[in-house]
Amino acid sequence: MSILNGPPKSGGFIPRDRVWQPDALTPPYKTSVKRSPQAALLSFPTTLSEETSPVFGHSILGDLDNDLILNYAKSGESAIGPRIIVHGRVLDENGRGVPGALLEFWQANAGGRYRHKKESYQAALDPNFGGCGRTITAEDGSYEFRTIQPGPYPWPNGMNDWRPAHIHFSIFGHGFAQRLITQMYFEGDPHIKLCPIVGILKTQEAIDALTAPLDMNRTVPMDSRAFKFDIVLRGQRQTYFENRKEGL
Amino acid sequence: MVQKLDYLHESPSQTAGPYVHIGCTPNFTGIGIYGGDLGTSMKTGPVKGLEIIIRGTVFDGTGTPLRDAMVEIWQPDAAGLFPSANETRGAADPNFVGWGRSPGDMNTGEFIFDTVKPGAVPFPDGRMQAPHITAWIVARGINTGLHTRIYFEDEPEANAADPILSRIEHQNRIPTLLASKQPDGSYRFDVHLQGPNETIFFDM
Repeated sequence: MSILNGPPKSGGFIPRDRVWQPDALTPPYKTSVKRSPQAALLSFPTTLSEETSPVFGHSILGDLDNDLILNYAKSGESAIGPRIIVHGRVLDENGRGVPGALLEFWQANAGGRYRHKKESYQAALDPNFGGCGRTITAEDGSYEFRTIQPGPYPWPNGMNDWRPAHIHFSIFGHGFAQRLITQMYFEGDPHIKLCPIVGILKTQEAIDALTAPLDMNRTVPMDSRAFKFDIVLRGQRQTYFENRKEGL
Repeated sequence: MVQKLDYLHESPSQTAGPYVHIGCTPNFTGIGIYGGDLGTSMKTGPVKGLEIIIRGTVFDGTGTPLRDAMVEIWQPDAAGLFPSANETRGAADPNFVGWGRSPGDMNTGEFIFDTVKPGAVPFPDGRMQAPHITAWIVARGINTGLHTRIYFEDEPEANAADPILSRIEHQNRIPTLLASKQPDGSYRFDVHLQGPNETIFFDM
């Protein structure tokens, strides 16, 4: 694959592949039943409203925004749990790195507990773990952050459903059409194949696309293991032959 | 056999889940960090154009308001220019961010945006689109973020000439895309995920 960087070229966004992407109505994930539109989506080529996007400069970032081990911890303390580095690249469907992409991530703590007032799981809160972080991709689309590996946890759906360990990602590209929220899973987690939310993915290939492998090459010896997670956003059409007004 | 088309698949979407606010508006959830939540203010100083307030609620198919949704909007300034790195038609109002994010009210779920009435922007073929705002809705139970548009009830001529609105087969659903003017001068834009008043959602 060629690796080119830089701002997207003119041309509308390639349509989202609605066969590859999950359906809206997925009854085994019960909450989707009453929250899924039933009418067909209205399809149109993208316009400037979808081809532009807000700009987030590196200046918004604090030194610890991409370090969940420390960004909520008291001075001299740190979050409890397996220390990991998550790294990868944000690419578009054409294989180009997407620079300047804002990534926001959130997760449960090592015991599987979120810091949220609606959270009801009995696992203990970690006073030194907030559970959120953010970063912006470099010129080649790369990013990394440090955190603790989250734990699996039970959730009210079926009588005994557990989420695999996961990290949520929210991603901005260069066009609002690229806006995406997804989740990263961890290689080897036996809960992946049992989870109704993972189960909305239609193919093993789609599940694999969200499963981060252990990356020993980026592991810091005696410090942190590493997992690699690439994210692909919609690409833009690349052509000299744009639509012309009729008669031309 | 043929040559391989070497494109990548877009990453599959997954639900934002019940705790999207931890990640995107942590201060709203009580996690004090970053010096404040992104998208809280769409203005960094005095802005040009008509300042407006838009309120709304996201309802599920039973009519129950969602209290765990996040709504984002993206729009041009009053002159129709986007504060975006790839806006090539001119410089947008420097005090206008163009993007807003609302976690909704903790108790009612009602979202609110303090913005400006957007200017018109062209369709790819050069015709002008009616003034509109792009909206994006995520929540637990929504597998792929839902994209819709907020048009304005008080722009009947522009709406009638709009290249998208005029092409919608079920014209009786267009009111689901119109923000309605309220007695206090603000606009209301409710989103219905499902049911007889289901909002038109876009695949763009």
